Amino acid sequence: MTDTTATASHFQAHDDHGHHDADHKPAFFQRWFMSTNHKDIGTLYLIFAIFAGIVGGAISGLMRAELAHPGIQYLQTWTLLMGGSPDFDTALHMWNVLITAHGLIMVFFMVMPAIIGGFGNWFVPIMIGAPDMAFPRMNNISFWLLVPALLLLLGSTFVSGGTGHGAGVGWTVYAPLSTSGSAGPAVDMGILALHLAGASSILGAVNFITTIFNMRAPGMTLHKMPLFVWSVLVTAFLLLLALPVLAAAITMLLTDRNFGTTFYDASGGGDPVLYQHLFWFFGHPEVYIMILPGFGIVSQIVSTFSKKPVFGYLGMAYAMVAIGVVGFVVWAHHMFTTGLSVDTKMYFTAATMVIAVPTGIKIFSWIATMWGGSMTFKTPMLWAIGFIFLFTVGGVTGVILANGGVDNYMHDTYYVVAHFHYVLSLGAVFSLFAAFYYWFGKMSGRMYNEFLGQVHFWLFFIGVNVLFFPMHFLGLDGMPRRIPDYPDAFAKWNLMASHGYEIMAFSMIFFFINVFWSLFAGKKAEGNYWGEGATTLEWTLSSPPPYHQFEQLPHIGDDKHH
Amino acid sequence: MKTLKTIMMALSLAVIPFAAQAQEAAPAVAAAPAAPAAPAASAFAHRAPEADIGQPIPGGWKIQPQVTEIGEDAQWFHNSLLMPIITIITIFVLILLVYAVVRFRAKANPVPSKTSHNTLIEIVWTLVPVLILLVIAVPSIRLLAHQYAQPKPDLTIKVIGNQWYWTYQYPDNGDFELVSNMLPEAEAKKRGEPRLLAVDERVVVPVNAVVKVIVTSNDVIHSWAVPAFWTKMDAVPGRLNETWFKAQREGLYYGQCSELCGARHGFMPIAVEVVSRGKFAEWVHSKGGKMPGEEAAAAPASSPAAAVPAPAEGAPAAPAAGAGSAPATPPTTSQPATAQN
Repeated sequence: MTDTTATASHFQAHDDHGHHDADHKPAFFQRWFMSTNHKDIGTLYLIFAIFAGIVGGAISGLMRAELAHPGIQYLQTWTLLMGGSPDFDTALHMWNVLITAHGLIMVFFMVMPAIIGGFGNWFVPIMIGAPDMAFPRMNNISFWLLVPALLLLLGSTFVSGGTGHGAGVGWTVYAPLSTSGSAGPAVDMGILALHLAGASSILGAVNFITTIFNMRAPGMTLHKMPLFVWSVLVTAFLLLLALPVLAAAITMLLTDRNFGTTFYDASGGGDPVLYQHLFWFFGHPEVYIMILPGFGIVSQIVSTFSKKPVFGYLGMAYAMVAIGVVGFVVWAHHMFTTGLSVDTKMYFTAATMVIAVPTGIKIFSWIATMWGGSMTFKTPMLWAIGFIFLFTVGGVTGVILANGGVDNYMHDTYYVVAHFHYVLSLGAVFSLFAAFYYWFGKMSGRMYNEFLGQVHFWLFFIGVNVLFFPMHFLGLDGMPRRIPDYPDAFAKWNLMASHGYEIMAFSMIFFFINVFWSLFAGKKAEGNYWGEGATTLEWTLSSPPPYHQFEQLPHIGDDKHH
Repeated sequence: MKTLKTIMMALSLAVIPFAAQAQEAAPAVAAAPAAPAAPAASAFAHRAPEADIGQPIPGGWKIQPQVTEIGEDAQWFHNSLLMPIITIITIFVLILLVYAVVRFRAKANPVPSKTSHNTLIEIVWTLVPVLILLVIAVPSIRLLAHQYAQPKPDLTIKVIGNQWYWTYQYPDNGDFELVSNMLPEAEAKKRGEPRLLAVDERVVVPVNAVVKVIVTSNDVIHSWAVPAFWTKMDAVPGRLNETWFKAQREGLYYGQCSELCGARHGFMPIAVEVVSRGKFAEWVHSKGGKMPGEEAAAAPASSPAAAVPAPAEGAPAAPAAGAGSAPATPPTTSQPATAQN
């Protein structure tokens, strides 16, 4: 078989030529650079996300090093190393470049590719009993758009962004700092990077929606889909509706910057606050885009290791739908200090608090899934339980921030930084590690090392809590975010946070040792290595699954349930 | 808006010669022509910061002490209602998790139950959070209403954000203007003030006065924040945002710019000094301003021109003077009484 670029017919029933081997793989270049196989593309996404995670994580290390003590210690040196001039303002600009790059890389190039592109691609088709995604070639371009996007973003740090090299505008890219406030091509490159990453996500979303609606195996009704598939379905709709708004918003940034338009410039009849409305109309669903697939992953894992079906399946599925819907009408809670009217603030306060209800349903349903179960505590389950608790902590601080009257104090302080790192860094990232350990054997065919996995979990758990919990204190004490130096009163908790980073970084050594050791010397994984609790379709296949699975579509019986 | 920009440009052109001088000699100029108050002018004694109020507490983990009624209300709401609720919820979830982990581990419970539905409990854990949220929402909405119910102001000040310093105008007091830059570290130390918070020109307001604050910006978005007042308002170019505070305690209160505004975002602090009404009048006179009702004898001496601190290359050529939508009359002429109420 030389047709390795795999047209759609490639994946249809091969029953007319029985000699065909489902495990026939194309040659290296064709397999990895012209891939149309959902599992290979998922692997590419995961490798990409790990690479981006290393870059984004290293940047946060630079930030924590600079913040460990009051004063500016390293920025000037780093600026020199990057080829910039050694003056003070350029060094401070470097700081803004670091926070911008950290945010954008972690959101667009680590969490999203890993959780949707990586695990979504790998397991959505398998879990619904489909041979592949609906549009395999589009799947490929979705991935390969991310590569130039990341290159543009990383490349932007070598060209002028105003005061120094790189885009120093924050991941929110607020106008007019990002328009009249940042001369030079760096911000343009950053915007184009977001355009490409956005297009990649929109194509991916179209692919997932089509796949889930049209390619479910016989008997796999919507209400029998595993919750991970539900979570990706809701996420795909959020992507489809939110990202075009981001694309429009940043296109107007681009024309304001380069073609003399004034969408965000009051002197020409525009309004800088309009940008914030557009950005957060995308940005708030975006945070659910990052966390919803994590909800799905945690549901699968808790069910597997409790040896029980998910408690309140329908409630769980529709809680995610509710979070997705309400997530579109709460955006201005990110803008409580922009001068909104009192009625607007009251509405957004109330609407935001509503989200706590479906989120609570999910937390309690996970606990109820464990209740009465027969639990084992393998590494994925530890990450999942860690997720439930830490996401609760991040969730309740969200309820505090939801109050427009209280947010006057907290807005743009470290309290907000603590809050969103608890829901993302300790929420989404915990679910990513949970998924990674849960499916590592399935994807690679070899088991991870349980001891190293547990050491990684415990060190990481301690590290990120030491890192992020003191940030609540800093925020309450009034420390603004996005500053490279701080009044001496904030020194204590900043030093503690930096030590937390060290613990977290140390734990990652165990992760990487585990990955490499297991890939080459790990125990061979059985088809269903988790045993009776693992009931979704990927566990009916070998580990790793055949290159093309389900040439005979599975039939889902009436009793079979997620 | 086009006209506005034209006016701003014209304004800035008009004051450029003055600006150049003002940078050098602002304090002296301020003192000289303020006829009635001249002797006291140079001797205005600023207060020293206090360690436990008006600035972050070293190693602190709580909301800074509040000196406005709004701040006290909000602090009470946070400390006495929100914090207990979220602490209880978090501990409740933790207890359930720990209990489940211990009680339903494989060793203790080898045979898993098959329960996957319980309508009653699902209704309970939907409705109870709704009730809790209602308990939160009522005082929350009330707090918002309170924050927006501005009493009749005693004084209006205009706050203008610039990269990277603040300018303040006192339209009720002769429309003089202050340019407030961060003090260098050595200078702050000399004056016994905290690094990165001390400024050369503080905003001075009378105690127990309702101060209306009009906030805008000359270039990018900044945010004017004073934690001890529970006040934070974005300074958006082309917009006049309004907020207010009524400080009930004399003292010195620091804040920092709270919206990313470029390279020196972390280096444009805010310092508000709350003084007695008598001292406020004294301070106003020292700045060449006048109290409402006084003869307009004192020309606005302190030049409105900003002491432009080496703008970064590539920064927008925003006019540093004639801030925002300042009164259309050039500040160099005798100013209209802009009493707001």
